Amino acid sequence: MRISKSLLLFLACFLFFSCSRPGEKGGEYAASIQIKGSDTIVNLIQVWAEKFVEENPSYNIGVTGGGSGTGFAALINGTCDIAMSSRKIEDKETAQAAEKNVTPVEFIVGLDGLAILINKNNPVDKLTLEQLRDIFMAKITNWKEVGGEDRKIVILSRESNSGTHMFFKEHVLRHNDKNAKEEFAPVSLLMPSSQAIYDEVYQNPNALGYVGMGFINDEVKAVSVAVNENSGYFYPNNDNVIAGKYPISRPLFLYTNGLPRDLVEKFIDYALSDEGQKIVAETDFVPINQKGE
Amino acid sequence: MRKTIDSIIETIIFICGILSIVFVVMIFGFLLKEGFAFFKEFGVISFITGKLWYPTSDPAKFGILSLIIGSLLVTAGACVIAVPIGIMSALYISEIAPSGVKDVLKSCVELMAAVPSVVIGFVGMVTFVPLVRAVFDIPTGLTAFSGSVMLAFMAMPTIVTISEDAIRSVPWSYKEGALALGATKWQAIRRIVLKAAMPGIIAAIMLGIGRVVGETMAVMMITGNAAHIPHSIFEPVRTMTATIAAEMGETVRGGMHYRSLFAIGLVLFVITFIVNFIADLFLGKSKK
Repeated sequence: MRISKSLLLFLACFLFFSCSRPGEKGGEYAASIQIKGSDTIVNLIQVWAEKFVEENPSYNIGVTGGGSGTGFAALINGTCDIAMSSRKIEDKETAQAAEKNVTPVEFIVGLDGLAILINKNNPVDKLTLEQLRDIFMAKITNWKEVGGEDRKIVILSRESNSGTHMFFKEHVLRHNDKNAKEEFAPVSLLMPSSQAIYDEVYQNPNALGYVGMGFINDEVKAVSVAVNENSGYFYPNNDNVIAGKYPISRPLFLYTNGLPRDLVEKFIDYALSDEGQKIVAETDFVPINQKGE
Repeated sequence: MRKTIDSIIETIIFICGILSIVFVVMIFGFLLKEGFAFFKEFGVISFITGKLWYPTSDPAKFGILSLIIGSLLVTAGACVIAVPIGIMSALYISEIAPSGVKDVLKSCVELMAAVPSVVIGFVGMVTFVPLVRAVFDIPTGLTAFSGSVMLAFMAMPTIVTISEDAIRSVPWSYKEGALALGATKWQAIRRIVLKAAMPGIIAAIMLGIGRVVGETMAVMMITGNAAHIPHSIFEPVRTMTATIAAEMGETVRGGMHYRSLFAIGLVLFVITFIVNFIADLFLGKSKK
């Protein structure tokens, strides 16, 4: 008796769950796309995909990381519909794509910029990329070497598994050179969160650290950054990032094969919509459609 | 019927009793499995004596010497602060304080044990860290010293309560004998009471150390987490526990980085095991 009851319960559950997702009948979706590429923005794309599928339950979107290069390779080999990337496609890759009759089309879906925060009472207000590199590698250890007071520099970095840590290391320390071996100096303090970096900078005139641009406010100071002494110094704000002038920033791309159609088009439209761009801001990137505002 | 209830309850109690052993063995087994998988590829010696900790670089560097030194430095600092204060306050509570003060003090010490470590870490980060930087005129307050002071707060309740038990269990006749022979109160306490209670006090210290070595949240928030070998206690350090806590969240399951964290866990387990073992040794002695 008891067995048949639990069997009944099981069947009821089974029926309930199999009915609850209409798009999933027999495991087939109306349409499905694969997105592959950059680990930097995989979280952002994942959120987009989840929200998009929530609104359109009959679609299925698979998102996998692996790096920007992996994404391009998959797009060229036809194993994904959209490649996500934190860099522009290389000439070599465009050539490979042409061989296989693939025409990559580029969409900029957001921007990524990092602010260098220092204490409000620190007189330094501009640094070059080269100075930043030397500071974070502990070759420059005193603020007076970069025009500040005679104080030791306290380097604040993020934990090594943070994407921000990786971006800063590759972009500022290694000049985007894949074979470079530069590392943050062992004396740099690895803070568990951007908030922790902010808190330390807020109360310590010796400290500097990098955080997303959302952390800039009147209580701390963000330095203007130049590529080198002869180029201009630019303050990290949305305008300078959008114009490509602020050096520690980069666009975030989606690439499709030919002009997007059907579900791919819908998804990219969603990414560029107000709602999609709101998610860009929520995941600590810079939205691109703020020019009008 | 009553017999069956009896035997059922007996079994339940037996299972509960044996559970803790099962858990410890399972945790240890898991640590061993992941840790040894790591050691096979990387080697124990280069792991323990390596000075650089760059787990996500290519090629990755897994040297935990600076982490071990960091943990030991913070622990040693905490002991230097917590042990004298802890023993003195245990002496005061059990030997000197009038009974009214004694009750209040005892409950305050027990209350201290109940403060969660994240609260101690947060309070330390906001109030104590800026103070340390200003008072000692050092570049940053996120240092091993700040960690030591905050951890001393956490170790003290353990040290005070257990030492106090040990001191209280010294027979009255010992002290009376000493006083009758003309010793002053301080002489009696120092030469007789402390000496007789010493095994219990050492056990208390060891249990306190055990708590400090394993503490994670507070040290992660206030020691700065810089993986370099410090030259003094006023420099930032990175402890083993903080490394595991900070990095475990985003490692790839089964990867080298993931396994290296288990290997750190194994080192930590061995250290706390030794400390607890010594404590047990002395606790056993004091019972005799």
